[in-house]
Amino acid sequence: MFLSEATTSGFSYLAPWLVFFPVIGLLINIILGNRFSERVIGTIASLASGAAFVVSVLLAYTVSINHGEVSFHELAKWIHIGSLKLDWTFRIDSLSTTMMLVVSGVGTLIHIYAIGYMHEDVRFKNDPGRFRRFFVFLNLFIAAMMILVSGDSYLMLFVGWEGVGLCSFLLIGFWYEMDTLARPSWANSNAAKKAFITNRVGDFGFLIAGFIMFWQFGSFQFDEVFGKVHEVPESAVIAITLFMLVGVAGKSAQIPLYVWLPDAMAGPTPVSALIHAATMVTAGVYLVTRSAPLYSAVHNAQEIVALVGAATALFAATIAVGQYDIKKVLAYSTISQLGFMVAAVGMGAYVAGMFHLITHAFFKALLFLSAGSVILGMERGHHHAAHGHHDDHGKGKKGKKKEEHHEEEHHEVFDPGDMRNMGGLRKTMPVTFWLYMIGTLALAGIFPFAGFWSKDEILLDTAKLYPVVYWLLAIAAFFTAFYMGRQVWMVFFGEHRHEAAAHAEESPRVITIPLMVLAGLSVLGGALNLPGVHTLGHWLEHTVELVEHEVHIAEWLEVSWGGLNPYVALISTVAALLAILVSWFIYGRNPLKAGQIDPLKRSLGGLFTLLEDKWRVDEIYQAIIITPFARLSELLADVIDWKFWHDFVHERIIAGTYNWLSNIALDRYADQKGIDAFANWLGTASQWLSANLRKVQNGFVRSYSLSVLLGVVLIVGYLILK
Amino acid sequence: MVPVDYYIILSAILFTIGVLGVLIRRNALIIFMSIELMLNSANLAIVAFSSVIKSFSGQIFVFFVIAVAAAEVAVGLALIVEIFKSKHSIDVDQMSSLKG
Repeated sequence: MFLSEATTSGFSYLAPWLVFFPVIGLLINIILGNRFSERVIGTIASLASGAAFVVSVLLAYTVSINHGEVSFHELAKWIHIGSLKLDWTFRIDSLSTTMMLVVSGVGTLIHIYAIGYMHEDVRFKNDPGRFRRFFVFLNLFIAAMMILVSGDSYLMLFVGWEGVGLCSFLLIGFWYEMDTLARPSWANSNAAKKAFITNRVGDFGFLIAGFIMFWQFGSFQFDEVFGKVHEVPESAVIAITLFMLVGVAGKSAQIPLYVWLPDAMAGPTPVSALIHAATMVTAGVYLVTRSAPLYSAVHNAQEIVALVGAATALFAATIAVGQYDIKKVLAYSTISQLGFMVAAVGMGAYVAGMFHLITHAFFKALLFLSAGSVILGMERGHHHAAHGHHDDHGKGKKGKKKEEHHEEEHHEVFDPGDMRNMGGLRKTMPVTFWLYMIGTLALAGIFPFAGFWSKDEILLDTAKLYPVVYWLLAIAAFFTAFYMGRQVWMVFFGEHRHEAAAHAEESPRVITIPLMVLAGLSVLGGALNLPGVHTLGHWLEHTVELVEHEVHIAEWLEVSWGGLNPYVALISTVAALLAILVSWFIYGRNPLKAGQIDPLKRSLGGLFTLLEDKWRVDEIYQAIIITPFARLSELLADVIDWKFWHDFVHERIIAGTYNWLSNIALDRYADQKGIDAFANWLGTASQWLSANLRKVQNGFVRSYSLSVLLGVVLIVGYLILK
Repeated sequence: MVPVDYYIILSAILFTIGVLGVLIRRNALIIFMSIELMLNSANLAIVAFSSVIKSFSGQIFVFFVIAVAAAEVAVGLALIVEIFKSKHSIDVDQMSSLKG
């Protein structure tokens, strides 16, 4: 008792520094950054993020010495209106500290990586001045994400939710005046707008959920809301959870709002890794986990969330098979993996969902950053191939040959992210290759990498609860292994299909060391929640109430090797290995030659084209939403607003009536004959009066005295005769 | 003893002459004299009434009036002298610069 009292405070008073450190970092870079070198700017930003990580560790320690008890730290009063009392309070419990650790930990590694990546990126794009801006945005993102995960109410969470959306927008449109191949175009800023607007649709759902929540619960504070779940009508809870699902679909890129995430790859690769793979897009998963008491109360809503997640997982996994851009494959893979998480948290397997969120943050950040390293290597190779000839110009046949090639290259636009240009990078970029392999095996779910444990836990939970969802996810897992296998064979094996791939160079250590850390986490991340031990499960138990469902479980699912079901594990492992084998048959055995079309396209034909075109979802959205919307706005602007309101109502009716009134009625009658005439009469009258009165003032003293006399006679006569 | 009515009638006649003098004549000196005439007609009436009611206060009051009239004459004559200096005339009709 004494011990717990003594330690209740812990380090919770440090919580505001989660936000303050990144903000201090970005302020230093904004104010003084123009005097600093790139290295100093990057170091300041990384230190700010690293300091937030240290605070996260201390907070997690606080939670653990408090035996999982939640603690609060009130920073400022915010909204006090009537019965509504909202403060900026930090909520420190096992769930929020888990998110803090992931965000700041992975975030710090990506900050360090970005020092090396952006150093080259800003030079390839000829604008080194933007280096500082990138780190300012990155720190702002960390601050906003911390507000999101540490908030104690839905409204505070929403502040962070919007903040990360803003940072996402700013960073997708970081190279706003060009497209991904650095040609002048608005493609990148359009991608940023697409992300922002799609997220607004989701935010709309979140807001509606918030309104209903305030109407029914009268509060936004987590504990107050959760305490009243069983007091309000169930329909209200269903409405809240489903509208919240719209917000989740927007932020976590689920069907039908996932379309922004693939386009978000227009942002620099560290952004894709940090925001669009590891942290921000998992905010939706966090939201559902945080709202566990709401979702657990309504099974229908849970089922819908799980189905949306599973459908997304499978749908996005199929699209990933048909992509050629190394980052696009990973983007669709991210959508698919988010689908796994949403399906898990949707059906109540919160621990499995959070577990996958953490391991996914590790291995997907690793994959994205390695892909960034590959792209940089290709850029370097391209640079080398294009300009290398200057050194050996005139050295005989070899030099001439290169020059010819160089001339050719001026006509084509080189895409360093296109896997058809790669091939054979295993030899030129060995470190990146091994790191990428670790990420791939983790994502594919091969024993004993992190992804195996987390994905297996999700699959086991779904198999027990919703068999439909289980099969969807199992097929999605097969596709996951397949497209990752395809990617690895295409990128790292076979012969180089482009001059740039042949000259690709390994990345410097500032890039590879964070990758090695992430690779280590991807290998060992499974240890967080090993079957039988369930460290993460016991850790989250304090915050997320786990509801055991009474469901009929098939016999084969009841087998348990310390929490690990051998059949489920076997099915998913076999499926993954089979998928890798199939991908080897198609892409590994006979590697793609330069200019050759995809072998899968040769055999599947139209279906593959459909996958390549992402099932034409963007086109469908264009046809059924964007075009009608544009037509409607045209109609509203041209016909309703301009022709009807402006030309007819304003010009004709209001202005016309007014002019008629003032011309005819008022001007001719009221004004001329009324007001004018009266004023003129006043003038004339006073003229006449003064003309007559001036005769009295004749200047003769005698006439004045005569009038005095007459006056006296009159007054005296009156006094006498009265 | 002469009845008081006669004094009053004389006083009224003198006053009327004074008024007519002021109204009719243009010479400032004559007008001035007419004003003096009116003052003295009032003095005569006051003295007559004081003898009727057997009170000396009326006669004392008249002494004051005569003293004030003397002072007024001094001021008025000085004004007339000054007007004559600037206009070379004491015709009151000439003094009409305030005419509207």
